[in-house]
Amino acid sequence: MIKLRSFHGGVHPPTHKKESTQSPIMAAPLPAQLIIPFRQHAGEAAKPVVQVGERVLKGQLIGEPVGPISSSVHAPTSGTITAIELQQIAHPSALPDLCATLVSDGLEEWGVRQTLSYRQLSSDELQKHLRRCGIVGLGGAVFPSDMKLRHPTVVNTLVINGAECEPYITCDDMLMRERAEGIVRGIEILRHALGTDAVLIGIEDNKPQAITAMQRAVDESSHPFKVVAVPTLYPGGSAKHLIKVLTGVEVPSGKLPTDVGVQCYNVATAYAAHRAVEHGEPLVSRIVTVTGNVEQPRNYEALIGTPFSELVELSVAKADTNRYIMGGPMMGVELPAVNVPLVKASNCVIAASDVLFPPPPPAMPCIRCTRCAQACPVELQPQELYWFAKSHNFGKAQEYDLFDCIECGACAYVCPSSIPLVQYYRYAKSEIRARDHEKRAADLARERHEFRQFRIEREKQEKAERLAQKERAAAEAKAKAAATATVIATPVDPSADTDDTQQMRIDAALARAKEQAATTPPKNTETLSPAQRAEIEAIEERRAHIHELAADAGADDEPPKHSQGN
Amino acid sequence: MITALWIMIALAALLGMILGYASIRFRVEGNPLAEKIDAVLPQTQCGQCGYPGCKPYADAIAKGEADINLCPPGGEEGIHKLAELLGVEFKPFGEDAQPKPKAVAFIDEQICIGCTLCIQACPVDAIAGAAKQMHTIITSECTGCELCVPPCPVDCISMLPIEEKLTNWKWRYPVFELRQTS
Ligand code: SF4
Ligand code: SF4
Ligand code: SF4
Ligand code: SF4
Repeated sequence: MIKLRSFHGGVHPPTHKKESTQSPIMAAPLPAQLIIPFRQHAGEAAKPVVQVGERVLKGQLIGEPVGPISSSVHAPTSGTITAIELQQIAHPSALPDLCATLVSDGLEEWGVRQTLSYRQLSSDELQKHLRRCGIVGLGGAVFPSDMKLRHPTVVNTLVINGAECEPYITCDDMLMRERAEGIVRGIEILRHALGTDAVLIGIEDNKPQAITAMQRAVDESSHPFKVVAVPTLYPGGSAKHLIKVLTGVEVPSGKLPTDVGVQCYNVATAYAAHRAVEHGEPLVSRIVTVTGNVEQPRNYEALIGTPFSELVELSVAKADTNRYIMGGPMMGVELPAVNVPLVKASNCVIAASDVLFPPPPPAMPCIRCTRCAQACPVELQPQELYWFAKSHNFGKAQEYDLFDCIECGACAYVCPSSIPLVQYYRYAKSEIRARDHEKRAADLARERHEFRQFRIEREKQEKAERLAQKERAAAEAKAKAAATATVIATPVDPSADTDDTQQMRIDAALARAKEQAATTPPKNTETLSPAQRAEIEAIEERRAHIHELAADAGADDEPPKHSQGN
Repeated sequence: MITALWIMIALAALLGMILGYASIRFRVEGNPLAEKIDAVLPQTQCGQCGYPGCKPYADAIAKGEADINLCPPGGEEGIHKLAELLGVEFKPFGEDAQPKPKAVAFIDEQICIGCTLCIQACPVDAIAGAAKQMHTIITSECTGCELCVPPCPVDCISMLPIEEKLTNWKWRYPVFELRQTS
């Protein structure tokens, strides 16, 4: 028997799980049209690799991963791609994202399914296969599963998360009840890829049927996995908290579970890995709970891309339903519209009405009762975080470990002033992220600006040097030319056009003229009578004298620019 | 009594020497205040503050020659940051310096004649192109300073506001009423 630990805080909201576990998982009928977003996983969105008008087979790759943290997207059924465009998706912003529209042909014709025998495969090959099959964490975070197999440290414990702590959601519960064998096979594949020995399967003790089913499957498989019933306490299904409860190891702030030698997968992810490896099926469907204000709450196995409206229709939403929540009531987000498509992250959709979820009473000021701090499973100070987020004091919020908050909503659940605390934390987190981004952009701009100034300076210098060199060369040529009494026109640099280079050129030209005047005797002085010669000399002497006087007076000592005439 | 006095004097002299030495030995290059101010400025390098870039404006503020409310790209928040850094009062923007929504430049490649004038204007080298070739803005590097717009002889550069996308979407500040408790 393994010794269980506990974590700080936690709450016991009413679970409402009975409603949707009365009937078995039902395969949802094939929708006429599916909308498949290319961003269904954490990281970079997939890049479309199909054309509009192309016929695709079930399981055919339609979006390939881009960059290290990304995953593949596949056609959930056979049919024709009729559009690749921006469409509304299940996101609280109600902003559109790139999606493919697939009109199904009703044949469900599979493409090539490559089955593998995992025992012969290395971890690397399995990672590639999972990435190719678009396997991502189905617990809600949709982090690419292949990335979680890549770890630099030794991992000695694999924790399988079947806790499903959030109220209303029962998809993992039903999956464990009905498909325990597949889950156990999937766990063995992940265990093999990770190279761990110990496997702990944690299931909250409010799911006795699931525990029995899993225990039976483990016994039949004769793998040494341990199925452990953990106490029901929200948010015990958070990976870090389940790890703490099962192993007693605390994952430090800002670290990954692998840093302490543990890795954690959701049961549904393990099942998806089993389908991918042993049946060659990429992730094209998932189990989703439809519950809340509906006549027939239950779980469906639905294709990715199925509009939520079709599922809600199957379960018959009651007349007073006025909104829909994707996920649970604690951490879920409201759907912008009910016809947005099911994605890999969609574990549950709750039809909500004002009777079922009465609008929260108006918030009152915080009375600093610290009930939130007692409930916080991460041992934060929610009342302080609230204060800092409210006053936009983001630096302080970060100092109080805002980013360790898992947005579980336990604090808001117990707050007697009904303050929407999590909304403040989400606001503060996204502001801080945006600011970090801006800061990086500003640093880059500063760098580029400084480099540009440096470049301009350097170019100026180079130009001046080039010019000086040319001048020297020209002067030498001139000296030679003077020796042979030939006048050579100096080539003019056409690229030199800035002010100082122009000035330099003028100066150079003047210098040349001076030289020329000094060394080249005027042509009309070649044949002169001695008397004329004497006269010129006298004039020159006078002129030299005048120049001296002028130089002494500090006046313009420029030589005359015109030729010395007679 | 006298001994105590001497000890204090000796101590003062010694510490003075150490401080004097330290101020020479560990002298900080440049103007640290200007650098701190520069770190807060948005680095758009647009010159709207009346200085030829963010660094000169930072220097001017450090010298006390410029006000803190002259940089529209920094927004009100920039003024708050400067006010906090310098320990002065917040000062709202003047009439003629109002912040605009962030934008990036866009060159209509059909019209561009490849004159390179915009390249020469861009303070962060965010335009790629060569003489007589079509030019293009490297969007990720463009700071939105608008300096490339006026030099273009064929008016083919426009400023496109940055749209909200999934990748840059932010959670809003919660809006809810407080209950009246009179
Ligand atoms: S529970 Fe609510 S009222 Fe009490 S300290 Fe926390 S935020 Fe304030
Ligand atoms: S939402 Fe954050 S602050 Fe509130 S209880 Fe959960 S972890 Fe703690
Ligand atoms: S106005 Fe422009 S140049 Fe001046 S500090 Fe602000 S961003 Fe920099
Ligand atoms: S491309 Fe234009 S707007 Fe953008 S940084 Fe360069 S000059 Fe400024």
